[in-house]
Amino acid sequence: MKLDLSGLQSFPSIPGSAVDDLGEDLFAAPSFQLPACSDFDGFQKDAIQMVKPAKGTTTLAFIFKEGVIVAADSRASMGGYISSQSVKKIIEINPYMLGTMAGGAADCQFWHRNLGIKCRLHELANKRRISVTGASKLLANILYSYRGMGLSVGTMIAGWDEKGPGLYYVDSEGGRLKGTRFSVGSGSPYAYGVLDSGYRFDMTVEEAAELARRAIYHATFRDGASGGVASVYHVGPDGWKKLSGDDVGELHYKYYPVAPTPVEQEMTDAPAA
Amino acid sequence: MECVFGLVGDGFALVAADTSAVHSILVHKSNEDKVMILDSHKLLGASGEAGDRVQFTEYIQKNVHLYEFRNGIPLTTAATANFTRGELALALRKNPYSVNILLAGYDKNIGPSLYYIDYIATLHKVDKGAFGYGSYFSLSMMDRHYKSGMSLEEAIDLVDKCIIEIRSRLVVAPPNFVIKIVDKDGAREYAWRESIKDAGVSAA
Repeated sequence: MKLDLSGLQSFPSIPGSAVDDLGEDLFAAPSFQLPACSDFDGFQKDAIQMVKPAKGTTTLAFIFKEGVIVAADSRASMGGYISSQSVKKIIEINPYMLGTMAGGAADCQFWHRNLGIKCRLHELANKRRISVTGASKLLANILYSYRGMGLSVGTMIAGWDEKGPGLYYVDSEGGRLKGTRFSVGSGSPYAYGVLDSGYRFDMTVEEAAELARRAIYHATFRDGASGGVASVYHVGPDGWKKLSGDDVGELHYKYYPVAPTPVEQEMTDAPAA
Repeated sequence: MECVFGLVGDGFALVAADTSAVHSILVHKSNEDKVMILDSHKLLGASGEAGDRVQFTEYIQKNVHLYEFRNGIPLTTAATANFTRGELALALRKNPYSVNILLAGYDKNIGPSLYYIDYIATLHKVDKGAFGYGSYFSLSMMDRHYKSGMSLEEAIDLVDKCIIEIRSRLVVAPPNFVIKIVDKDGAREYAWRESIKDAGVSAA
């Protein structure tokens, strides 16, 4: 009996021969199809960006007389596709500290969870809660060490510590800013417009929550990548509390009720000729 | 866009910088202090990528302090400038910091000095220097109006001239500036030049 080695030989296969097709599949060097494009690295990068959820977002936070208000929309999109309308973009780090999520959902979720662990360990080691300043710097230093490696995080760390209310903006480029009013995400320019014009330091919690809700609503109205529900949190001396979560569609009809359109011209039968 | 500039006067050196923290078209903050007080007689004005700027200037500051703690004597301004340049040069072929620096200091027996250090680790001792988009305006302004041995009043006048020129000619002009000086009495904030206020910052 002779062993059939014909599959190992490289010769053009005869079309229509099933045996030859099988041989080629079995013995060909391992390979896979490449996308038809000239810039392969660029294609890969774009492909990853396309399937990274929670790109389009509106989140905001501000400090006022009675603490910090944190608000966000809840839409997650993958390119043009809306993958979820019920994402928790406000992450509860501990009962006194909140983080917001913009950019890559996995990156934000993972590093906030990681920050939560580090904050708890600090609490156990030092018998006191970590300051917002300290927590934000922990996160900023981690993100800085991964700079340029593709992380995509734009977050605000808001909370209440021994010094009172605290608010920091932290991003994956390694930036960390202390401030009193921030908005992050693709809808942030719209949110800033509403927020800046309506902001006063001496607002009540109700006024502040309403301002945040409105800012998110107006951002979702203009920014296609933001939507879903506008959730609003308040952080005071006794920790955070969720104040509301309203569907922005329902908010729209609350803010702009449908007015019955007066009939301008009644149609009548044409006069018989 | 970013504007950092400085000059040496009679018995003092000064650094002025814009105070905007910008992300693409958004101004996230208009009171970000980009001039660090390095130690009692040194100022470090920095421009560049936000993350690098903070990380690098803090790193330099901590090392300058460490040297003083260990040796009981602070680094001179020239030594600090060379140290800073060395760290930038070391990082340049690995993982460069995108930071441009103006280092101003005052040393006994030497007097005030200003050093220009850019992200590719160029080091120059200068009388006047500038970085960023504002440099196109402030450099020529300082070339025209700078004299050696200017009084503090004359120097502040020149800084204000530069700021006015930047605000009126630069499309992406930052609204606010901070001016810091260093002389025999130490490094300190001199003044802010603000055209908009960040609401409620001081209150919080």
